[in-house]
Amino acid sequence: MTRRLLKVALGLVLVLGTAALVACGGGGGNDGGGDSDSVEQTQSKDLTIAMVTHGDGGSFWAVAKKGAEDGAKAEGVELKYSESNNDPEKQAQLIEAAVTEKVDGLAVSAPNPDAIKGAVQKAVKAGIPVVTLNSGAEESADLGAFTHVGQTETIAGRGAGEKLDAAGAKKILCVIHEQGNVGLNQRCEGVKDGFGGSVENLQVAGTNDISTTLTEIQSKLESDKSIDGVLALNPDIAIAARDAVQGASSNAKVATFDLSGDVVKSIQDGSILFAVDQQQYLQGYLPIVFLTLNNTNANTVGGGQPVLTGPGFVEKSNAATVQKLAEAGTR
Amino acid sequence: MSEPATLDPIEPAGPGSVDERLAKVGALARLLRRPELGALLGALAVLVFFSVTTEQFGTISGAARWTDVASTLGIMAVAVALLMIGGEFDLSAGVMTGTTGLLMGILATEVGMNLWIAILLTFAFAAVIGVINGVLVIRTGLPSFIITLGTFFILQGVNLGGTKAITGTVRVSGLLSADGYDSAQRVFASSFWEPNNFRISVIWWIAITALATWVLSRTRVGNWIFGVGGDRVAARNVGVPVARVKIGLFMTTAMAAALVGIMIALRLGGQQASQGIGEEFNYIIAAVAGGCLLTGGYGSAVGAAMGALISGMTFIGIQFSGWNTDWRFLFLGVILLLAVLVNTWVRNRAEASRR
Repeated sequence: MTRRLLKVALGLVLVLGTAALVACGGGGGNDGGGDSDSVEQTQSKDLTIAMVTHGDGGSFWAVAKKGAEDGAKAEGVELKYSESNNDPEKQAQLIEAAVTEKVDGLAVSAPNPDAIKGAVQKAVKAGIPVVTLNSGAEESADLGAFTHVGQTETIAGRGAGEKLDAAGAKKILCVIHEQGNVGLNQRCEGVKDGFGGSVENLQVAGTNDISTTLTEIQSKLESDKSIDGVLALNPDIAIAARDAVQGASSNAKVATFDLSGDVVKSIQDGSILFAVDQQQYLQGYLPIVFLTLNNTNANTVGGGQPVLTGPGFVEKSNAATVQKLAEAGTR
Repeated sequence: MSEPATLDPIEPAGPGSVDERLAKVGALARLLRRPELGALLGALAVLVFFSVTTEQFGTISGAARWTDVASTLGIMAVAVALLMIGGEFDLSAGVMTGTTGLLMGILATEVGMNLWIAILLTFAFAAVIGVINGVLVIRTGLPSFIITLGTFFILQGVNLGGTKAITGTVRVSGLLSADGYDSAQRVFASSFWEPNNFRISVIWWIAITALATWVLSRTRVGNWIFGVGGDRVAARNVGVPVARVKIGLFMTTAMAAALVGIMIALRLGGQQASQGIGEEFNYIIAAVAGGCLLTGGYGSAVGAAMGALISGMTFIGIQFSGWNTDWRFLFLGVILLLAVLVNTWVRNRAEASRR
């Protein structure tokens, strides 16, 4: 018994060691050393930039993270990227950890600005330049960030509402996939502004449980036949919504916020009408550039205004171009 | 939880032989038999590992970061450990931190109460939920896993539905300007020791661990808790008030959740409706890593606190290391498994040496 336990423990240690190697190798790979493919002159900057998002590791945040990694590689800085999976307390703790490390720049998403205010202010007090990204455009300056990189939720929502209106929909379902994210509710509010007909919000299980989400949307469509449009706020949810519409043999048009390879394919074959693209690759990439410039050249991009990365629309006409990029993980 | 505990067979003491319960036990063997030893060693190993591999981890301000993460988890882990020693689970403990924080927030911001009154009412509410959990488990005889899973879903629904109905959004905010915020914040959510900024919740965590340890090892109630978790029927036969002890344990867990919920809400200046969902398993994991048995009747409060410490140190250690966080849960899982394995190994050794 004892010996067997010991063997299992040794095995686990081995797994941990291997994983640590893999993770360090794959984690941006900017520790210098063996990275012969990095550009020489960009390695001289001895800067560390922390990016702490509320991301959940889903396909949306994977693209933002890729942007941050590419940005760090291009600028020759070290990136410490971490996600709190929608837990504001964890996010605050991760930000405070970055402050303790005395990083040279801090990029944070702010879906819940009150919650991270104390932590971000500690960074500002410690003289660390801050940029907000993705959510929190309105509260960015209040937090002490010199700019925000993202799209304004209500404006993007209004745009989507207008487009669905133009497509002839009368009653649409706005699918909310995260409980705590105020930005999602703002999008649905924006949709109401831009859309002529009626809009109903539907709270679903979310990206961690796609099959339940699918069932929830499908039963909603089956119980209310008058719904002729479904707006998802996340690409994974959009695929679930597309399948739910087919499953319920409904004629509802599906539209979504944000892209994935699958969404672009669906736009090409017509099963999804359009996607509102906030180009989150930029939301990862640009803060790294801005914070590096702030360190090396004391620049403050934005003039106190947010730097908008969207909304752009991906429709049948431009889907082919975007498809290649989405599959490479940058759109 | 009602199956007979795995007690050692009682051998009749022959004349002249010393009762095995009175036999002298060496200090080392006694130490090895402690349920928290494995977690303690695990925590030490994690501490050394990250102190050597990263610059910040071993510093005082680094310690302030990982004790912060460990503290709220630790408060819950200790309460859950008591409950698990008593032979029950509470799956509603995680979501309860959300419910209580939201309730306090709504009472203070929407109803306009003084924050301290809101806090008192929140504790009272938590106690009632604890009683409901306990009475349902006792009366129905169903596993607490099922009963509290029900409570979990009910509270999750209330959290989202109630918050949306009352505030129109998915969170309660504006606590910073509530009446009595400053004094409440000082007690539950401030930090101390500038510039390291240790969280006050760390003090609460240590105090609660000490209190729970004292109750378990020095009081009659502590004996009762081990008794009801070990063998419920036998405990009742020797006069332990099984129902009261179990209901008391559910109340303790719910009120610990209220304390943590209040701390988080005051720290964040508000609370979101999804707070705490899924956390319940982290509490149970910390308690088990700290030496609690899933079958009840065995475990320790210090061990659960150590389990939480391992979790907190790993979380912050990974951040300081700059490892690709895609792998975070792999590290967390492996380190927790290692702690449990060390625990089991040490216990097996200690048990073997007893015979």
